[in-house]
Amino acid sequence: MIVRLMGEGQYRVDDGQLAELNDLDDAAVRALEAGDEGGFRSAVEGLAARVREAGERLPDEELAGSDLIVPPSDLSLDEARELFSGEGLIPDLPG
Amino acid sequence: MAGLMQRANLIAKAKISKLLNRAENPTETLDYSYEQQLQLLQNVKRGIADVVTSKKRLQMQTDQLEQSVVKLETQARQALAANREDLARQALERKAAVQQQLQGLDQQIQQLEAQQEKLVSSEQQLQAKIEAFRTQKEVIKAQYSAAEAQVKIGEAATGIGEQMADTGLAIQRAQDKTEEMQARAAAVDELISSGTLEDFTSGGQTQLDKELGQLASQSQVDSELAKLKAELGPGGDAPKEIEQGAPEREEQEQKQ
Repeated sequence: MIVRLMGEGQYRVDDGQLAELNDLDDAAVRALEAGDEGGFRSAVEGLAARVREAGERLPDEELAGSDLIVPPSDLSLDEARELFSGEGLIPDLPG
Repeated sequence: MAGLMQRANLIAKAKISKLLNRAENPTETLDYSYEQQLQLLQNVKRGIADVVTSKKRLQMQTDQLEQSVVKLETQARQALAANREDLARQALERKAAVQQQLQGLDQQIQQLEAQQEKLVSSEQQLQAKIEAFRTQKEVIKAQYSAAEAQVKIGEAATGIGEQMADTGLAIQRAQDKTEEMQARAAAVDELISSGTLEDFTSGGQTQLDKELGQLASQSQVDSELAKLKAELGPGGDAPKEIEQGAPEREEQEQKQ
């Protein structure tokens, strides 16, 4: 599967890593819901570190879409809530 | 509730399909998307320029404030040498206030530096993907039937659309940070101009400058007076009042 670390790039990661990534992802969701900024950041950082460690960086000119996207690890809780609120922190693409 | 990774993915994909739905036919989609990419690339470049401008402004303020720290330190010494502990204290208090401002500015310059790095790396990735997309676009146009092209276009557009969403977020965050910094820089300017934190480095004289200047001219008068007295030789009747009014007399006598 392909995982994008936002602000960094894409990695090809073995499917066998999914369970571990999901655990870290769950921890990030729990921290976000509990309003625990430190916990949220360290969970997202852990997620990104695991992807870097287990994955292989795709070249920038690769046009494949990702299966999973990891948000930037330096998001504040407010930014994270906005990002996942649907309308989202990601601005509409130009047009 | 879905995990963060799935949700982020869904949000990015939703933005992309919104973008793709605007075009009528496959070839149009390719060209339209390409135009959007180039526009976004311009936005990143502008974003980088804005961050650099903000950073320079904060760096200039830092230079100004650093000069005033040096000047205030010198003034504190001059004031103490002239036995004006009150003025020395005033200078040191201002120096402490300026140093506090400096500390905040340093951190903010570092934050802008980090934003700049992120945008530059985002720009490079986007540029590489745009170039790949441009090549693929021509291949798709030339080699594929309409039905096949639709699939290929979907793949290419998803890949680049994701990068566009990523870059869009980086630009937005850098803009937020830049606006915050500009507000902060304006606040420091305001502080300086309103006199709360006097701009010691500009040509204008502060009260501290004036008082220290008065002390210096007073001591010059004293030393010229002493010279004149010496020329007139011993026995010359010097007016007592003037000597009493000169606190720097001891210093002058020590020098002679």
